[in-house]
Amino acid sequence: MKLDSKIPEGPLKDKWTYHKNNVNLVSPANKRQIDVIVVGTGLAGASAAASLAEMGYNVSAFCFQDSPRRAHSIAAQGGINAAKNYQNDGDSTYRLFYDTIKGGDYRAREANVYRLAEVSANIIDQCVAQGVPFAREYGGLLDNRSFGGVQVSRTFYAKGQTGQQLLLGAYSALSRQIAKGKVKMYNRHEMMDVVIVDGKARGIIARNLVTGEVERHSAHAVVLASGGYGNVFFLSTNAMGSNVSAAWKAHKRGALMANPCFTQIHPTCIPVSGDYQSKLTLMSESLRNDGRIWVPKKKEDAEAIRAGKLKPTQLAEEERDYYLERRYPAFGNLVPRDVASRAAKERCDAGFGVNKTGQAVYLDFASAIERYGKEQAHMKGLNENDKELVIKLGKEVVASKYGNLFQMYEKITDDNPYETPMMIYPAVHYTMGGLWVDYNLMTNVPGLYAAGEANFSDHGANRLGASALMQGLADGYFVLPYTIGDYLSGDIRTGKIPTDSKEFDQAEKEVQDRIKKLVGNKGTKSVDHFHKQLGLIMWNKCGMARNEKGLKEAISEIAALREEFWKEVKVPGSANEMNPELEKACRVADFFELGELMCKDALERKESCGGHFREESKTEEGEAMRDDENFTFVSAWAYNEKPSESELVKEELKFENVELKTRSYK
Amino acid sequence: MKLNLKIWRQKGPNASGKMVDYQIDEVSPDMSFLEMLDVLNEQLISKGDEPVVFDHDCREGICGACSLHINGEPHGPGRGITTCQLHMRSFKDGDTIYIEPFRAKAFPVVKDLMVDRSAFDRIIQSGGYVSVNTSGNTIDANATPVRKENADAAFDAATCIGCGACVASCKNASAMLFVSAKVSQFSLLPQGQPEAKERVMNMVSQMDEEGFGNCTNTGACEVECPKGISLENIARMNREYLKASLTSK
Repeated sequence: MKLDSKIPEGPLKDKWTYHKNNVNLVSPANKRQIDVIVVGTGLAGASAAASLAEMGYNVSAFCFQDSPRRAHSIAAQGGINAAKNYQNDGDSTYRLFYDTIKGGDYRAREANVYRLAEVSANIIDQCVAQGVPFAREYGGLLDNRSFGGVQVSRTFYAKGQTGQQLLLGAYSALSRQIAKGKVKMYNRHEMMDVVIVDGKARGIIARNLVTGEVERHSAHAVVLASGGYGNVFFLSTNAMGSNVSAAWKAHKRGALMANPCFTQIHPTCIPVSGDYQSKLTLMSESLRNDGRIWVPKKKEDAEAIRAGKLKPTQLAEEERDYYLERRYPAFGNLVPRDVASRAAKERCDAGFGVNKTGQAVYLDFASAIERYGKEQAHMKGLNENDKELVIKLGKEVVASKYGNLFQMYEKITDDNPYETPMMIYPAVHYTMGGLWVDYNLMTNVPGLYAAGEANFSDHGANRLGASALMQGLADGYFVLPYTIGDYLSGDIRTGKIPTDSKEFDQAEKEVQDRIKKLVGNKGTKSVDHFHKQLGLIMWNKCGMARNEKGLKEAISEIAALREEFWKEVKVPGSANEMNPELEKACRVADFFELGELMCKDALERKESCGGHFREESKTEEGEAMRDDENFTFVSAWAYNEKPSESELVKEELKFENVELKTRSYK
Repeated sequence: MKLNLKIWRQKGPNASGKMVDYQIDEVSPDMSFLEMLDVLNEQLISKGDEPVVFDHDCREGICGACSLHINGEPHGPGRGITTCQLHMRSFKDGDTIYIEPFRAKAFPVVKDLMVDRSAFDRIIQSGGYVSVNTSGNTIDANATPVRKENADAAFDAATCIGCGACVASCKNASAMLFVSAKVSQFSLLPQGQPEAKERVMNMVSQMDEEGFGNCTNTGACEVECPKGISLENIARMNREYLKASLTSK
């Protein structure tokens, strides 16, 4: 198989304009004859569904939640990047493009990333017009902040709830189209399969989660905006319902899965506290602007802390190891996410971790409190040597910056981070990999599109902070509405797609059989029992650091566990009712296949790049080492029942506008 | 710790429900309330019983999916948190905890503790938006300055997560806090002005149609709201509504 990424001709900066000027259009009268299915209502899905409906297409949108407003985009905290250059700090489309390519460790497609940077400014205009209440300065203009180590302030935000505000904007636009009858919304519906007729995606099989009914829905094109697959690790910062099933079903029907092993592990999450833990909570990256990360220098101290015999505040400065500042003096605590995560793991594995479990490091605000306090005392003409006063003033400044995050931390852990350092540990957060798409966001299956986190397209091997929201909305508002028309222009005479064809019969039967198999299984163990074990294998062997031996073991362990799952899983209740255990079972079954493919992908990519760290590929100092000569490509995988035997299709990446460099943060 | 749970079980929308007693041991104070229910469900599954059904998703207090009336309060005894952010350290060994669904005519039970809150979606569909199509040609985001004070107040109103705790806490099952938060967000911003009158009239009329009750200024909603949405929004909506009804054709 050969992949055609369909990158338009011309210089990088003109490609998108040229492409928009040359794609086929569908006339308004013809749009009314064309149906589009959108699966998922997060930023990418809701914005795509709303935009396509505004243009005149008949849209059916599906979400498994009880309302489209609950999609997991809502949980994004920090902000959204856009090359507006409102701060006059030298930002430009090119710089955003360059930062994204470099941040992704040169494993993303230049043309897609440039387009993302190009439309980023439109997103902000669009959202403000919709009434999204971004943070503003006293002059009434929009405020920006800096994020994740880049050298400009291009991040727009709404306190720590940017994702919520942007999603509610897209949800409002979607709601307006639902009211107009241009979008038919299916809440509490899960996509169970995609239906291919004559080689084209022509519909889906969905399950009504309330009644259990299995339904057929046809359309001229299907858009998957179903998010990422971080929950393959069981514990992640994803919502409980986030899953890979829609994307995986597409994969099983022929769509290639690209770079599945590229997972982002976020360094600042609240550590695991026990076996009952169901998910992990992220603390915004912005905390690293003022917090200093450390562990004890001496192992005895770490052990005493774990045993509860010593408090972190009792350790003097010289007994602490600020390991990021030590290893990366230039960037210190602000190194990129992948670097910070690996460094934490390295210290904990070496026995210096804190917390009962030994799987945590400190994030300490004491010096920030003192620094801000002194500054305030000086500004107010008060005594800078009055320690109590300085700390009081400093706490006020820290509270104004991070108050809501400190409060969230305290609610979960019952520790007061103003008095004692926070404990943090890395957790799975985002998946850069996903369905392979061309420049038009179409998978290799004609008529099947993937948008947002569900595709692999823009972040390479590592995503920069505040870029996920940007990509979701760029795809949904500004890319798909143009590119999908080019394809649908061929369908103006097709007429309604019937749902009584043999392809629909077959797909529905397969879904019914699978459900029957799960519900009728006479197993003894719950779905979570298996999911937790799968998560552990993935975390230990395909997590922050990977090696050949571990990945090979993981592949056989997952295969064995998958077999046991199908034999031993127990799904209570019936198929004809609201049955959350059945929903989970269907999703976990797909995670088992995906997990194995991720390990295979990680095994074959023998270089370290971005979030993918192969222990065999590092410098003498232990830093990640890319291998551009042999691995400057996208790994796209064709489905195989045994995922570890999947066929690899390579898309070579060509860099014509940037020079490949080694990332260094020393 | 050990706990006695009394949980509402109901097979489906038309079935009659009842409180059922459960005992649960080995609850850690660090567990979240929903993790405690996960543990209970694991026990039920291993005994061959059907697990308790409840809505939940993000488990970090922002998606608005989780609900539950715990010991008579929506989202339980804590303030400013959702059920998923409630931790078991709020309870003592030997406590009896009553767990019920959100109760309101407009929120019919789907199963056990899960209710149907699509009435909220329909209220938003009736006018909770600015009618602007997607376009790369909207005016520059900084072309219309907004007073910081208004932008901040609009944001505060917009932080509503649509969980329905306001309705569940209200003796009238009124949705005024929810509706007024959305009306306020747009009435405080210049972008919301052109449709302000139609918006408030349509949203209030849809709210009534869905079967929510009226507001009698008790203020329970504000106390129980996990996001601290202020009663001031209701006052603002009443002003907007009066203005619209007096000046509309």
